[in-house]
Amino acid sequence: MEPFDFIEIRVPAKAEYVGVVRLSTSGIANRMGFSYEEIEDLKVAISEAMSNATTHAYDGKDGEVTIGYGLYQDRLEVMVADRGESFDLNQVKDGLGPYKENQSVEDLREGGFGLFLIEALMDKVEIKSEYGVIVLMTKYLHENEVDLDGDQISTTQ
Amino acid sequence: MNLDIKIEEEKDLTYEVFLAGEIDAYTAPKLKDALMPLAEKDNASITVDLNRVNYMDSTGLGVFISILKATKEHNSDLKLVSLQDRVKRLFEITGLDSIILIDSTVQGGN
Repeated sequence: MEPFDFIEIRVPAKAEYVGVVRLSTSGIANRMGFSYEEIEDLKVAISEAMSNATTHAYDGKDGEVTIGYGLYQDRLEVMVADRGESFDLNQVKDGLGPYKENQSVEDLREGGFGLFLIEALMDKVEIKSEYGVIVLMTKYLHENEVDLDGDQISTTQ
Repeated sequence: MNLDIKIEEEKDLTYEVFLAGEIDAYTAPKLKDALMPLAEKDNASITVDLNRVNYMDSTGLGVFISILKATKEHNSDLKLVSLQDRVKRLFEITGLDSIILIDSTVQGGN
């Protein structure tokens, strides 16, 4: 089996802990060697998953959110799980997408961009909604691509 | 991990709002509570300076969408200025930069 380190954090499903999870994410991603930009992407994506869990899952009732980080050689896998109310995944997915020019401002969904951003910022996203909601996100380390880009710039000059 | 909100009334119905810190699920309700009374005035002009906002996610986008809606209903204006690259990128990815007025002539983050 592919070796990896696993880190698990469990916090109350409250908005004030989203920032705590964000800081932890930043630390883990930094130690793996992700770039500044990638770390910012990870912070947003994981905060979005966690915000979802705190606002929808427990509806004011006490609950917990579990965040699991799988640190692999070439990627970071993050799982955000709650045991609160499940939601209709297909219905949510229908509502995904950026703002389009022909939409009127009145029709804009104030909370509709969270899952869309997760999909835009991570390399792979899976959502399971059977017993609570589990969001599984993957981001790859792209060290080699940076080198290739660097070469290209020097040869074209 | 907090958001500092400072509101200055330049002249009648012209407001400049300075934000510093992080806009997330925890601080977004506070931001909405601070901005909404301004947006609900008729013919107001609101400029929000995000120079010192170093983190924002969709909860912040949600606040600005609802503030934009309120300003439209009250014939007011909303403008965002001095966004850091990361924050600006979120408006671009979601396409919201086409309906919310963003002044990019001054870049934030310095």
